[in-house]
Amino acid sequence: MTPPLSLDPAHTRILDVDPLIDDPKTRIVVCCGSGGVGKTTTAAALGLRAAERGRKVVVLTIDPARRLAQSMGIDSLDNTPRRVKGIETVEGADGGELHAMMLDMKRTFDEIVEAHADGQRAEAILGNPFYQSLSAGFAGTQEYMAMEKLGQLRARDEWDLIVVDTPPSRSALDFLDAPKRLGSFLDGKLIRILMAPAKVGGRAGMKFLNVGMSMMTGALGKLLGGQLLRDVQTFVAAMDTMFGGFRTRADATYKLLQAPGTAFLVVAAPERDALREAAYFVERLAAEDMPLAGLVLNRVHGSGAAQLSAERALAAAENLDERGIVDQEAGNVELRTPEEAALTDDTTTTATTPQATATAATTTPAAPPAPAATDQLTAALLRLHAERMQLLAREQRTRDRFAALHPEVAVTEVGALPGDVHDLAGLRTIGDRLAAGSNPAGAV
Amino acid sequence: MSRLQVVSGKGGTGKTTVAAALALALATEGKRTLLVEVEGRQGIAQLFETEALPYEERKIAVAPGGGEVFALAIDPELALLDYLQMFYKLGGAGRALKKLGAIDFATTVAPGLRDVLLTGKACEAVRRKTKQNKYTYDYVVMDAPPTGRITRFLNVNDEVAGLAKIGPIHNQAQAVMRVLKSPETAVHLVTLLEEMPVQETSDGIAELQAANLPVGRVIVNMVRPAILDETELALAQGGASRTAIAKSLSSAGLGGARKGGNAERLVTPLLDQAAEYAERHDLEHGQRAVLAESGLPLHELPLLAEGMDLAGLYRLATELRKQGI
Repeated sequence: MTPPLSLDPAHTRILDVDPLIDDPKTRIVVCCGSGGVGKTTTAAALGLRAAERGRKVVVLTIDPARRLAQSMGIDSLDNTPRRVKGIETVEGADGGELHAMMLDMKRTFDEIVEAHADGQRAEAILGNPFYQSLSAGFAGTQEYMAMEKLGQLRARDEWDLIVVDTPPSRSALDFLDAPKRLGSFLDGKLIRILMAPAKVGGRAGMKFLNVGMSMMTGALGKLLGGQLLRDVQTFVAAMDTMFGGFRTRADATYKLLQAPGTAFLVVAAPERDALREAAYFVERLAAEDMPLAGLVLNRVHGSGAAQLSAERALAAAENLDERGIVDQEAGNVELRTPEEAALTDDTTTTATTPQATATAATTTPAAPPAPAATDQLTAALLRLHAERMQLLAREQRTRDRFAALHPEVAVTEVGALPGDVHDLAGLRTIGDRLAAGSNPAGAV
Repeated sequence: MSRLQVVSGKGGTGKTTVAAALALALATEGKRTLLVEVEGRQGIAQLFETEALPYEERKIAVAPGGGEVFALAIDPELALLDYLQMFYKLGGAGRALKKLGAIDFATTVAPGLRDVLLTGKACEAVRRKTKQNKYTYDYVVMDAPPTGRITRFLNVNDEVAGLAKIGPIHNQAQAVMRVLKSPETAVHLVTLLEEMPVQETSDGIAELQAANLPVGRVIVNMVRPAILDETELALAQGGASRTAIAKSLSSAGLGGARKGGNAERLVTPLLDQAAEYAERHDLEHGQRAVLAESGLPLHELPLLAEGMDLAGLYRLATELRKQGI
């Protein structure tokens, strides 16, 4: 059932996650988005759902909240995928497995060095102070290492689906930018300059270049202090043979992300800032030829009483309040008989909805709590409802704006939960909601 | 009140908004504040509804009582050239470095150099004085990186001072650390009353304290209004008769109270919403208790029903003033 093409944002394309995660051709799902929108939870919930539907899945999380990690049994940060126990396979979908791992940036970097340099050289690199702070993770390293780990997991070919959560960057775009930045640095002239003192030979043709270079290293030396420059130079010299490898792998991972087996899911909350970031990301993915599967809109609110607008609810609440005041002024709250109350009620109702009068008049008045207390509660329930409806309207406006800008993007909406998720059952609930797609109204 | 106010918080908690409101609040009564953005997102420009900010200090708002708020979006690349200029008059060589990709390297890949530049620039603004030997800015408010990275971000100069053991970078790094670890600085954490942000806030406080960085206040943002009081909550959770509520709804003009009537059909969803409210209320209560354990001053800012805009920002600033900031 394809919804008709229309400018009406209500006809947003619906993202169906089950066919996506069930398709054996889908090998990688990348969840990206700005911070605080529930990326990690979405990745974990998708991984669990795919595993329970029969796929062999590994979820790579970058920086999970402690309790979410514990819910999947990965409280140890050891950079190795661990089997998650307690998955409940859907009937007829045997063979599913869920593994989860938490990225250890430094460990991943160390492993690359160990794998690509001989013993002595590896030792020199690992002991270099400059390397130690680089690998401990400053801006960019985390994104690069996440890509590196993804490449490694894919190369092992032990899983038929890898779900990746992206680092909590200042902007969702960092994830795509970092590897290129590192790559262009490694290819750059700067590396050669840094290595110059070690390589200065007597070749005449190089003379001019060398003058420039020593001037540059002189300036750098003054700036950084001689000892730091030496650390950097030894590091660069030791890493020299590995740079090609870095570049090749960064390129390979980049191509992997563009491949048909990869699907990007942009995760957002129905808030202005999060959706603006999501829109940037959607545009960026298109520019980079990366396959976007759709938008996951988390924490969308619904109401079982959506037929009652905020305005009507507030008016009704006011109506009840006013009567409470009248009652108190008359000082006869207790004395007022149910019959009298019904009578007053009749007059009020007649003024607004004649259709309701008949029913109201024939209803047997309720037993205690006293009408005043009930009215007060009812008024509060109506105000609560009005707040919910205003929230709904606000969320709808932000979604409509996104849909108007990007009508091509399929969307699935996940109803908001009142609390946080910290066990498999909670993840399963999120998974069900992810798959339910566009109907958060039924959700609480 | 410390002169350098650093505002951090988990992603999605609204730390840019709080930083901007704080800058406005501190600027009242003729004071002058500088609001510094370090993550290149142009969040400040969006909040103040102006065009993207260049790398220069620019007046963006006037506070009640004649105060002024200036804003600066620090561009790490330009800050590095500034920095080179400051120490070496490296104009031409600086440009040459840029061509070679050294600037790219320094500002994106090299460990911490980017963070050194950002914190260095903020500290420079804190210490800057006018010709009359008065501070140029009464307060500098920094919209800092999120809680998960804040300790490392502020502490980077320590690490750099350790890497570059001598030389001007070493000296500069140490000078910055002296400001950051003194009572001149206060690091505030913005959170929501939800489990993950509160957990991250507690972790962040512990990390900052372990690194001897001065933690200031905890600011709970987007606090939802209390709509049901305790009596009403208790009633909604079982005390009240459904028929009575249906009747009450009906009497307020919302349709029939009989089974299947318009008013009657509202009872279940309305009570469901109340149950959800109660669950969230309990959770929030628990999270407030966790935050109180930190022993830090707590502030609460309301959720603005119509979303964030400039008027809302002034409201939050007023709210902060009322709460004694």
